[in-house]
This record gives sequence, structure tokens and C-alpha cells, in this order.
Amino acid sequence: MIDKNNKKEKEPEKEDKIPQKKPKKINEFVYFASRNTKLKVGLSVVLFFLLVAIIGPFFTDYKWNAYIGPISQPPSSEYWLGTTTFGQDVYTQFVEGLRASFIVGIIGGGIATIIGIIIGFTAGYRGGMVDEVLNIITNIVLVIPTFALLLIIAAYLKVRGILMESVFIGFTAWPWAARAIRAQTFSLRSREFVDLARISGMKPYKIIFTEIAPNMMSYLLMTFILQFGGAILIATTLDFIGLGPTNAISLGLMMNYAVLWGALEFGNWWWFVPPGLAIMLIVGSLYIMNVGLDEVFNPKLREM
Amino acid sequence: MKRYFGRKIVIYLSTFFLAVTVDWAIPRLMPGDPVMNLLSRVSVRAEAAEAMYGYYTKAFGLDIPVWKQYINFWIALFHGDLGTSVYLFPQKVVDVIIMAVPYSIALLVPAILLSFYAGNKFGAFAARTKILDNTLLPVGYLLTATPYMWLGILLAWSLGIVAGIFPTAGAYDFNMAPSFSWPFIFSLIKHWFLPFLSLFLVQFGGWAIGMRNMIIYELESDYSHYLESLGAPRSLIRKYAYRNALLPQITGLALQLGVIVAGSLVTEVVFSYPGLGSLILSAIQNKDYFLIQGCFLFIIIGVLIANFFIDIAYIIIDPRTRLGMAGE
Repeated sequence: MIDKNNKKEKEPEKEDKIPQKKPKKINEFVYFASRNTKLKVGLSVVLFFLLVAIIGPFFTDYKWNAYIGPISQPPSSEYWLGTTTFGQDVYTQFVEGLRASFIVGIIGGGIATIIGIIIGFTAGYRGGMVDEVLNIITNIVLVIPTFALLLIIAAYLKVRGILMESVFIGFTAWPWAARAIRAQTFSLRSREFVDLARISGMKPYKIIFTEIAPNMMSYLLMTFILQFGGAILIATTLDFIGLGPTNAISLGLMMNYAVLWGALEFGNWWWFVPPGLAIMLIVGSLYIMNVGLDEVFNPKLREM
Repeated sequence: MKRYFGRKIVIYLSTFFLAVTVDWAIPRLMPGDPVMNLLSRVSVRAEAAEAMYGYYTKAFGLDIPVWKQYINFWIALFHGDLGTSVYLFPQKVVDVIIMAVPYSIALLVPAILLSFYAGNKFGAFAARTKILDNTLLPVGYLLTATPYMWLGILLAWSLGIVAGIFPTAGAYDFNMAPSFSWPFIFSLIKHWFLPFLSLFLVQFGGWAIGMRNMIIYELESDYSHYLESLGAPRSLIRKYAYRNALLPQITGLALQLGVIVAGSLVTEVVFSYPGLGSLILSAIQNKDYFLIQGCFLFIIIGVLIANFFIDIAYIIIDPRTRLGMAGE
């Protein structure tokens, strides 16, 4: 009887509390996010390019490798970004290349983040021998110049696609993420609430995903953003040295062709300026967005 | 310190071992006869092709057991034998690479050291000075986000071709013979400057941003506030904060080396600078796999050696590692 009474009395209180508490926390982040100029500017630039990458290809009738018109035309209403020295449409190449960059960023950055999370959580939570072994592996991959490794793998592949490139980048870019996540996990592992979960008999993976991971969500998001930008830059470098996709166009390949086929000597700036500018703006905005996110999530940094 | 060095050396040795294994395994993992694969894609004179087929069959040693092939590979490696270049036949891969390495080093080392020094100094100076800080932040982030080759292309186009101040190809004037004379050295410097500048600028942005973020953190820490409350001059507090902030920057330098090397390779391609980057590009275009494999090993060895130097620098700068108080 008493129990029931108590429950009845408590219930409305609980119901009141929960809806109050939850939106408040989300509102707090939304509030600070909406006031953060860095986040707003960075996010808008990235979203703008994402939009161009998604809907841009619908505004062109050509294929990226089709020879469609007069050579070396400056930008005009007919050819929005001009044409190459072979008479290909630069706008078509640019929007297709943007798509490729975002695909590399999402897949490459995503794989790198996931591997980093798995290794970081395992090493940080388990500790001991597992930690030691994973640490050595991480350090070895960290020391290897990733680019040289990608170089030799890509050189031997006869057919290369954007997906394959992204996967290879993902599999070589994870070490610093693993190291950072391991350090965070390590410091969270000895907190009271994790001890409590362990004493109550929770399974390790459940502790990691319900107790530790939620406390690092912002950190994981920021890791992904950095990996996203990093993957785009690596792909550009790889494409530029001639190891890009063999069956598609990318921003790095555009610059490679531009340099190889005399865009500089002929002054065809419309061929080599847009791809590099887009990469710089996308990756730079991602970095600036990251600083903004840091300020949103970390109260200590807010007032600057 | 012994433990610190021991760990590092284990990691470097295993990395080297792994790299050589990858170098050995990749051509063998690809489908088909590696020798035919190598030769079918190059057009060389018939007699050269025959000589090369015999050479490569012997070099690969495909008729002997796999483990023996592997051991032979190591033995050849320690004799400095990385095979013969296909597109520069009959030159040895090692000789071709050694011709290119000085140019790459001349570009990389000054760019890394100067940008590290200037970037850190500027970042520390700009932190907490309103106007500089507000401009440094976006400019610095955009600079580190700039693809190396794009900045190179822009510089080559604007300062080289449009303005005509600097040459945009080669390491010295084509009509000059290498000699130890002033005009030649002047020509070398003129050709070196633009690739150097593009490497320098991209890295400068990164170090300046990193230092700015680090030093703000240090200026907020207890020892800085304590010094402040004692009435210590601003410059002294900055000096202490700078030293502490420099340590993670040095670790960052070690982590960044691979990216920087990759950046310098593509910068060389833009300026047709005759270093490893241009060599790799022509090796890729001519399907000269032995040359690519050789370059791969050289880059890895170079990065490992550089890492080792950074470790030593770290020990000199941070007394805690010397006294065995901090492991990593």
C-alpha cells in the first residue's frame, strides 16, 4: 500500500523531471552552437560544398572525360568553369571530383575512426598485455610514412577506384585516433560509475558502450571530423602523383592533369584554381568547425 | 631513459622489418607472373628486354622456395642492391635514387626546421593579442588545410609564369653545367626558392596554430597564475609557458613527418624539381616498379632516421625523460 502510494506520488515528479532535464541539456548545446561563429561559418561552407557535390552533376549534360567543345575556353555562360586543353568541361570534372572527395572523406575517415575506436577502447579498457601489444602495433603504423605505404600498394594495382582508395586510406590513418581514444578511455576507466557497472556484473563491451562511450561522444565526433579532412588531403596527394582512381575523376587528378598538360604555361587558371580552392575551404572549414565544436562541448573554452 | 630508448628502438626495428617485408611481398601478392607483369608494360628495345627478363627472373628467384626468396631479398638489400631501373636501364636503382636524394633533403630540411621555428615563435607571439589572434586562427587553419601541390601551383603560376620573377622547372638553368661558381649557386637558389616557400607556408600555418592552442592552455595553468600573482614580468611567464608548450609540438613534428614528406614529393612534381618526388612520378608513368620499391624503402628509412633525431632532441629538451620520470 505504502509502496504504491509512494510510487503514485513520485511518478508525476519523475515525469516532470525527465522532460525538463533532457531538453535542457540539448538546448544548452544548441544554444551555444547557435552562438558560435566558428561553428556556423565552418558548417555552412562544408554544407555548401556538399550541396554542390550532390546537386551539381545534375546541371551538366556532359561526361567528365568527354571532349565537348573548344579547347582552353575561359569561364563563360556556356562552360561555367571553362574547358581544359583537350576541350573537356571543367565544371563537370569539378562537381564529380567534389563528390569523390566527400566519398573519400566519409568512407576513409569513417573506417579510420572506427578502427581507432575499436583499438583505443580495447587497449584503454583492458590494459595490461593487450594494451602493450596494441600500443606497439599503433606505434609502428604511426611511424611508417602512410603515404609511402599507399604509394606502393596503389602502384601495383592495375585498376583503382575511389572506394578502394578510401578503404586503403582508412586502414592506414587510424593510429593517432587510436592513441587519443586510448588515453581518454584510460582516464575514464577508473571513475566510480565504471567501477559500479563492473561490480554489478556488466559485460565489458556493454560497459564500454553504455558507460564510457557516451562520455566521449563529442570527442569521437571531433576525431571523425579531423579524419574526414585528413582523408581528403591524403587522397588529393595520392591522386596528384598519378596514383588516383583510374576510372573516375577527382580534384587531385584534375590538378595532376592541369600541371601535366600545360595549364600553367597557357594560363588556364580556371582548370587548377577551383579544385585546390575547394579542398582548402572544405578541410579548413572542418578544422575551424572542430574548434567551434570544442568550445560548444567544453564549458572551459566557451568564453574566449 | 634506457627504457625509453629501448622501446623506441624496438619500434623502429620492427617498422623497418615490416616495411622491407611489405616491399618484398607486394609484387608477389599481385596476380600473374611478376616478371612478365613488369616487362609487358614497358616498351624497351628487344635486346634490353631479353637481358632484363633474364635478370629479373634471377632477381625474383621464382624457382626457389619462398622463404629462401625472402632471405635472398634481405641479403641483396644489405648489399645495397635494389635492382635495376627499367626506364633508366642499365642504371642501378640505388644510384638513380642517390642522385635525387640530395635535392629532396635540400628542400625538406630547411623547410621543416625554419617553419617549425618561425611558426612556433609566431604562434606564441600571436596568442592573446586580440587582432593577431583573430586573424591567425582562420588564416592558420586554412594554410594547414591547403594541399601542398595547390599552393605550389599557385606560386609557380603567379610568381613564376605571370610575374616571371622565379623559374618554375628544374633545379638550375638548363644551359648551365653544374659547377662550383657563383652564377650556378645563384641559379640553384633561385630554382629552390619557390618549392621551399610553398612547403614552408603550409607548415608554418600548422605550427603557428598548434603553438597558439598549446600556449593558451599553458598560460591558464596553475604555475602561470602563480607566477603572475608573484608579480613576475609577462615575458618571463611567456618564456616558461613556451617551453612547456614546445614539447607536444615536437611530438607533433614526429607524427607529421610522413605527411610533410608526402607534401614535398608533390611539390617537387609541380616544380619539376629533380628530387624523389619527380623520380616517383616518372617511375609511376613508366611502370618502373623496382624504382618505386626503392623509393619506398628510402622514404621509410629517412623518416625513421628523422624520428630518431627528434627523439634525441626531445631528451635534450625535456629533462624528465632524461631522469626517467616520463616514459613517453
